[in-house]
Amino acid sequence: MTVRGTVVIDVEACKGCDLCIDACPPRVLEMTVHEVNTKGYRYPRLLAGCTGCQACAQICPDFVFQVYKYDTPLELPTGEAARQ
Amino acid sequence: MSADQIYISTDKPPAEPAALVDDFAPSLITQANHHLCPGCGEPIAIRAAVEAIEELALADRAIAVFGIGCYTAFAPNLDVEVVQALHGRAPSVATGIKRMLPDGFVMTVQGDGDMVNEGLQEVLHAAARGENITCLLLNNGVFGETGGQMTTTTTLGQRTKTSIEGRDPHQHGHPILLSDLIATLDGAAYVARCAVNNAGNVARTKRYITRAYESQMAGGGFSLVEILTMCPTGWFVDTLEGPDYLQDTLAPVHNIGELKTP
Repeated sequence: MTVRGTVVIDVEACKGCDLCIDACPPRVLEMTVHEVNTKGYRYPRLLAGCTGCQACAQICPDFVFQVYKYDTPLELPTGEAARQ
Repeated sequence: MSADQIYISTDKPPAEPAALVDDFAPSLITQANHHLCPGCGEPIAIRAAVEAIEELALADRAIAVFGIGCYTAFAPNLDVEVVQALHGRAPSVATGIKRMLPDGFVMTVQGDGDMVNEGLQEVLHAAARGENITCLLLNNGVFGETGGQMTTTTTLGQRTKTSIEGRDPHQHGHPILLSDLIATLDGAAYVARCAVNNAGNVARTKRYITRAYESQMAGGGFSLVEILTMCPTGWFVDTLEGPDYLQDTLAPVHNIGELKTP
């Protein structure tokens, strides 16, 4: 899978509002189910496929995202290859 | 999560060569932590507003006048000079500042309860006089700070704490569509309405705010950008439903788009 960007997520700043989940065009953000930060809120985690489009950063009311674009897109292994 | 998905580490910047394209908060927001509710639209709008200030290099001569509302709690987090006005009176305070400092960049940040309920005459007269200031209206259709009561921009049928069965025109009257009203005044140079309920609309919000700032710096006259914001706490909806609620309830009445351009 080609990955053009990535994000750094400030988990402790998150208030678990889910706005980034719907805003993400490639839909690679997913909320935790059981894990929470020290404030007790669920927070987003990143799956492979980020394009560095900044939609999450622009919609986030709590400034949780820092967005990077790779100089050269990465090829990430997926499926069974990624687990080995 | 399906079986072939694994999570990417997001606790530190990537090791591979990469360019930082969006930092956590713009540099004019010095304190990113705030006490506004989860899913609130106001920090999104304020981010767009300060990013536009940064891009036009107006930070060293910007003075923001804040009204009274939830967003008031955000004012100390900004690296912009802020004057706190009485409820609804921000356009009049901004008028005084702009007349004393004509080279300054003066904006107001107000909510619908502040600008349209409490201070309607201030903004109408400032617009009619053609004061060269920019007003930002964060419109969520409720008094968010006091717990979600009806304001005058609440749409017909919208349920709030003080219109439990939905806003009824016979009992509560009709909503005031402020931007449409201001656009009819000759003193207004730029009037636009937008929303922050999805990434596309956030980008559009920033574009409209930039045009309003440019209009002020060109001496065009009064400019107003109305921004529809989410208030899931005041609307009593889930944070994830906020953007759709805005789209279904506020946006059909408060139409998004540029209403008046120079």
